[in-house]
Amino acid sequence: MLLGRVIGQVVPCIVTPGLEGVPMLIVQPLDKTLNPKGKTLVAADATRMAGIGELVSYEGGREAAMALDPWFVPVDHAIIAIIDGVNVTA
Amino acid sequence: MILGRVIGEVHGTIKHPFYEGRRLLMIEKLDHHCEPTGDYLIAADSVGAGADERVLVLDEGNGARQVLDSKDGPVRSVVVGIVDDVMCDT
Repeated sequence: MLLGRVIGQVVPCIVTPGLEGVPMLIVQPLDKTLNPKGKTLVAADATRMAGIGELVSYEGGREAAMALDPWFVPVDHAIIAIIDGVNVTA
Repeated sequence: MILGRVIGEVHGTIKHPFYEGRRLLMIEKLDHHCEPTGDYLIAADSVGAGADERVLVLDEGNGARQVLDSKDGPVRSVVVGIVDDVMCDT
């Protein structure tokens, strides 16, 4: 998983069956110091609670779809958690 | 598997049910000389690794689910070992 910041929302009018109602959010990937790193991506929000400006962690690849219900959907990034805090101690 | 160093923990109240009660560790990726590569990932813990420890991280979904005893958890990265020493000639 990686950290990201929700910076926007995508509102699709037609989606693949199984993805109806799943929020699609624009995520800016972050590095370990929470600074933006890399290109933005669109992730399905498995928590269904993330909003713009929030710090989240997202999973990529096959495991992203497994966070959703139904899980056999064409998704490559999914928001797994809304992050309250990151304690970098070392 | 990859070498990493635990640099912190990530906390979130709202998360996928699979992650309830699981520790999420911030892992700095290391090369074979144990130098940071500049990259990081967030991995679930299965061995009780602590801050600043060098660890072995499995970054593959099927193996990770097997380690965490789950059939459908949205997990790809899991800490599977604590490294005492790395010997490398080159």
